[in-house]
Amino acid sequence: MVGFVLVSHSKKLAEGAAELGTMMAPDVPVAAAGGMADGGLGTDYEKIMDAVTKIREQAPEGVLVIPDMGSSCMTAEMVIEDFGDPDVVLIDCPFVEGAVASIVEASGGASLQECRTAAEEARQAEKL
Amino acid sequence: MTDNAKVVEILHAMKEAISENAQFLTDLDAPIGDNDHGINMDRGFKKVEADLPGIAAKDIGAILKKVGMDLVSTVGGSSGPLYGTAFMKAGAKTAGKMEIGMDDFLVMMDEAIGGVQMRGKAVQGEKTMLDAMIPARDAMRAAAAEGKDTRAVLDAGVAAAEAGVEYTKGIIATKGRASYLGERSIGHQDPGATSFTVLLKAIAAAY
Ligand SMILES: Nc1ncnc2c1ncn2[C@@H]1O[C@H](COP(=O)(O)OP(=O)(O)OP(=O)(O)O)[C@@H](O)[C@H]1O
Ligand SMILES: [Mg+2]
Repeated sequence: MVGFVLVSHSKKLAEGAAELGTMMAPDVPVAAAGGMADGGLGTDYEKIMDAVTKIREQAPEGVLVIPDMGSSCMTAEMVIEDFGDPDVVLIDCPFVEGAVASIVEASGGASLQECRTAAEEARQAEKL
Repeated sequence: MTDNAKVVEILHAMKEAISENAQFLTDLDAPIGDNDHGINMDRGFKKVEADLPGIAAKDIGAILKKVGMDLVSTVGGSSGPLYGTAFMKAGAKTAGKMEIGMDDFLVMMDEAIGGVQMRGKAVQGEKTMLDAMIPARDAMRAAAAEGKDTRAVLDAGVAAAEAGVEYTKGIIATKGRASYLGERSIGHQDPGATSFTVLLKAIAAAY
């Protein structure tokens, strides 16, 4: 199965998005890497690296890393470069909708590429 | 020439300058950001300072690489991966060197700018640290080409960085948090361009 790491400045936002996704797909490995080590707002390289390492062990198909904005994208990008695994990829999608769409896709046994497409297509989905 | 011991001394001076300006940098980040730039930079350079004794005997490349890694892992905002990549790239070009001269420093500036651009995907004119870094590098290269001594070259760099900070007041941010403000970002100087100027001034004063 594909696994997920959700990276946000906010611990609450990362955990909330993970909760929304896993509510519909409890078997999918999802880690929230939000906030700094002390719980404050910001992005933490170690926290993201630990989450990627942990989820990769549980996700033989690979890991999608979904960042919110700014330093989440840059720090996650550095973690992925250093992790050096072609099946751990950073994707550009709406944080909540993309995470939910691709986590649900993963629960049906979709490939890394299919999950990625599901996340990216969330950008086009109309809500209203 | 500047040896590794001098580089460590300069890094101490950079840490001191960031501490002294932390509140100022944070205040600059309040109207066009999230009120944390000085706090972020100060946290990063405190970690650098704590690690300096353990790496002081190493080559300049190894020292700068460690500085970059410390900034990436502790700053917490965009300036972390940006300055972190800048120092790591500069360190990669000075690997194994126990001494550097102005030619090396100019190459390090090229690498630092390239690193910031690779990480943040910004160009000059987007109201970021690049608006101080690029003119400073260009002015230093021009002064060095005229045969000026290191003191004069660094002074030219500081003057150009300060002019770059002034320039950021008049433009709209199109990268980073300030970009969410659009036209409302006009009139405010960029915190990152300012912190770069603080760092370059510290280098020039400690040299
Ligand atoms: N994409 C970018 N390219 C170059 N410089 C940038 C970019 N984004 C932000 N900056 C610089 O970083 C400075 C802000 O640094 P700071 O430490 O406050 O990060 P932040 O914006 O709070 O980070 P975050 O993305 O976590 O919200 C800006 O003033 C700007 O100079
Ligand atoms: Mg900020």
